[in-house]
Amino acid sequence: MAEKRENTYMPAGHRDGPDPAAGGTSASRADITPPVLGIKGMFRWAWTQLTSMRTALMLLLMLAVAAVPGSIFPQRVQDAFAVETWIEDNPGIGEVLDFFQFFDVYSSVWFSAIYLLLFISLIGCILPRAKKHWQQITSPPPRTPRRLERLPEFGALELQSSAAGDAADGPDPDQALQDAAAVLKARRYRVEVRDSSVGAEKGYLKETGNLIFHIALVGVLICVALGSMFSYRGQKILMEDEGFVNALVAYDNFFPGAYFSEDQMQPFSVQLDGFERVFDRESTTHFGQALDFTADVTTQLGADGEPQSQELKVNQPLTMDGARVFLVGNGYAPEVTVRDGEGEIAFSGPVVTRPDDQVYTSMAVIKAPDAAPEQLGFVGLFLPTSADAGDGLAVSVDPELGNPELQLNSYYGDLGLDDGLAQNVYVLDTEQLEVLNSREVDAGGIVLSPGETYDLPEGMGSISFDGVRDYIAIDIHYNPAQQGVLIFALTALSGLVLSLFLTRRRAWVTVETTEEGRTLVRYGLLSRGEDFRLRDENIALRDQFEKKWPVRAPEEES
Amino acid sequence: MQSINMELAQYSELFMLIAAFIYTAAFMLFAVDMIRSSATIRRVEAELAEENAAERQLVSSGAVSATAAGESGSSSSGERVGDGSAPAAPADELVDEEMAYLGTRRPFANVAVALTVLAVASHIFAVASRGIATNRVPWANMFEFLTTGAMLVAAVFLLVLTRKDIRFLGTFVLGLVVTMMVAATIGFPTPVAHVQPALQSPWIAIHVSLAVLAMSLFTLTFAMNVLQLIQHKRELAQLAGDTPRRSGWQFLRLVPSATSLENWAYRMNAVGFVFWTLGPLITGAVWAEEAWGRYWGWDVKEVWTFVIWVVYAGYLHARATRGWTGNRAAWLSIIGFACIMFNYGVVNVYFPGLHSYAGLPE
Repeated sequence: MAEKRENTYMPAGHRDGPDPAAGGTSASRADITPPVLGIKGMFRWAWTQLTSMRTALMLLLMLAVAAVPGSIFPQRVQDAFAVETWIEDNPGIGEVLDFFQFFDVYSSVWFSAIYLLLFISLIGCILPRAKKHWQQITSPPPRTPRRLERLPEFGALELQSSAAGDAADGPDPDQALQDAAAVLKARRYRVEVRDSSVGAEKGYLKETGNLIFHIALVGVLICVALGSMFSYRGQKILMEDEGFVNALVAYDNFFPGAYFSEDQMQPFSVQLDGFERVFDRESTTHFGQALDFTADVTTQLGADGEPQSQELKVNQPLTMDGARVFLVGNGYAPEVTVRDGEGEIAFSGPVVTRPDDQVYTSMAVIKAPDAAPEQLGFVGLFLPTSADAGDGLAVSVDPELGNPELQLNSYYGDLGLDDGLAQNVYVLDTEQLEVLNSREVDAGGIVLSPGETYDLPEGMGSISFDGVRDYIAIDIHYNPAQQGVLIFALTALSGLVLSLFLTRRRAWVTVETTEEGRTLVRYGLLSRGEDFRLRDENIALRDQFEKKWPVRAPEEES
Repeated sequence: MQSINMELAQYSELFMLIAAFIYTAAFMLFAVDMIRSSATIRRVEAELAEENAAERQLVSSGAVSATAAGESGSSSSGERVGDGSAPAAPADELVDEEMAYLGTRRPFANVAVALTVLAVASHIFAVASRGIATNRVPWANMFEFLTTGAMLVAAVFLLVLTRKDIRFLGTFVLGLVVTMMVAATIGFPTPVAHVQPALQSPWIAIHVSLAVLAMSLFTLTFAMNVLQLIQHKRELAQLAGDTPRRSGWQFLRLVPSATSLENWAYRMNAVGFVFWTLGPLITGAVWAEEAWGRYWGWDVKEVWTFVIWVVYAGYLHARATRGWTGNRAAWLSIIGFACIMFNYGVVNVYFPGLHSYAGLPE
């Protein structure tokens, strides 16, 4: 067993944990009195446990299990709103889960604890392994075992000798050793010729690759951490003919890293000149499916940079001095003018609507807090190609602007914007408001086509639909460490390939002279770790030896 | 955007159907072969007995005996079997540990293999013509992923068959291929069409194809690991003194030993793991950065890709941990495959996420 351990090759570079069944001490666990450990001893014991292969394996499996809840419960990193909704919908259990960080799984104490322990365990194994590997690389192949026939692969060749009456004359022992060394060298072994034997070893790159893989994983982790510290990301909705300058105030949403500082923001600007959508018009089964989105933008780097016309598409981000600009969404923005009861313009401009489906049925919310005597609010739908569904309800039947229509309800009252609390611009809480227009009241809902104006009941004002503009949603990301992540990931991959597909092999050849005066060559092969082709190596070696020397056929023996 | 070649698309669907029918026939023949294992075993035993008789004759004539070294090359293959290099074969060993062909006649299995070749040819045409018709890679929705995946599973199976006798996997592999084809046609029927802008990226060619490749490998190893567990149980029963005829299926006597299955599954899992690392994980992250701005965002699909990677990493480590080789490692591989099935079948369809490209009817 002890010898087995010596030869067992760990993929992870972990020492194996103490095995109670192994070794000469056959005493069972119960018989052993635990020795008194000092602080130092305790620490050493803990360290041995942590860096054992078994612990590493357990931590790996725990990591897999711990990652799962993140796919079951909504996560704040993706959708903070969904998390709040979930907690509201599941009172009691929601708070408990939140306390245990089930909505922040990947930054939770327990998830972090697992992967940090795993990485500490990994480092604790790599360091001694690297040292040992270095020693092995710089020292000659191990000494020749006395009994080669005990090795997993073994062969012997008796060479012909004219002195013993054979047809051909083989090399003398010294020459045979040199020949064997040459054969092994040609097979890319590192070779050392000794007194009456040759020691050879190859496949050091396997262990090197293994170490590279694990070290690169540490590199990945460090780069991920650096990235989350120094990165920033933000979102912005850009109207046609509107520009965006990369500064904190310009963002709709902004998520800085822990060590973000405003002066690291790249000075660039993006202006949306035009936006084009292409839909499938040929297919009968996929008619109207989106095929292409192209935003024509003018970009400028720095205040005095050259303005450049560029295309921004899905899957084709723009890179601006390290920051990346992504096209993540688009929609229609109907231009609306709201006049209040006193005839003053209370709101005017494009209204961002949120497309809800393939045919761009879009949610529209208009808030006019400046309206007098009462604040006005509108909630409804924008339909790019409106058609009657049959029961008086209009639906959108196509994503392009065939028959654009605004279908709105209107409300008046206190919109709740004056108390300074932040509000979602896409949501209007109508509970505290009085209904002016809706399908449920006599006045009915508001239906507007471009160019039309509707006068609100009770002299509350009017709303007009002036036209439609396109808008795009862009994400701006800056992560200085993500190239590092990629480089380390690819390094890890190449290390993985080396460690999985190379084999570490040792070979020894001994030479002696038989009683008849013939040269007897023996060789043995030993692999360290998984090696399914050691037999093939034996055959290949034998073939080469037989080509090199006149080998005495075994049938002639007796 | 180039128009879709509807005529070619129709041919694609026709040949997909033809392939599915032939696969079904092949599956049935493999099943018949499995049921008739006893007959095959009798034939093998008869052949073995003949061989043994011949060998005994040779030995008695004194042609073969130990040399002075006691180890010099002997058998016709020119190789020498060293001490303990080959695990001691059980008395009723009928198959080669290296899964080489032994020349035993298995007519049903042979016809099944021939039919599989035919089906794969038809299948390759169907998949390729679908790609040509749409002018893009033919694996952009659930239907295409399943049909391309089934094609790869069958093709990999055939490819291995050229070197190794893994006909014992036939029933399983063909059963799976038929299931995939049926699931694609019934569960996710998707007419030939262009894809949405989010999927129009060169990365789809690399990212998804490596995922399919890794998944087909993991599927095969899953079958081998399940067989390994069953075989292990049979071997234990045999050691305990049960007669092979009483303990379990005759079919298992045509399956290599548990150790052999474990080793082969390990080698294939290692390749699968590399594909999984490069495909779903690394190129997935690269594409995610290009499409969504971040390389990793713990999207449901990303979570499960990670979980699967960790499980198979655990499997590779388990193979080198005492007490974890053999059955436990096999279980890890099986769990990994269960995660893959979950990731593909459940996450894609039921979980809201960024990978909702199933092309499912709303």
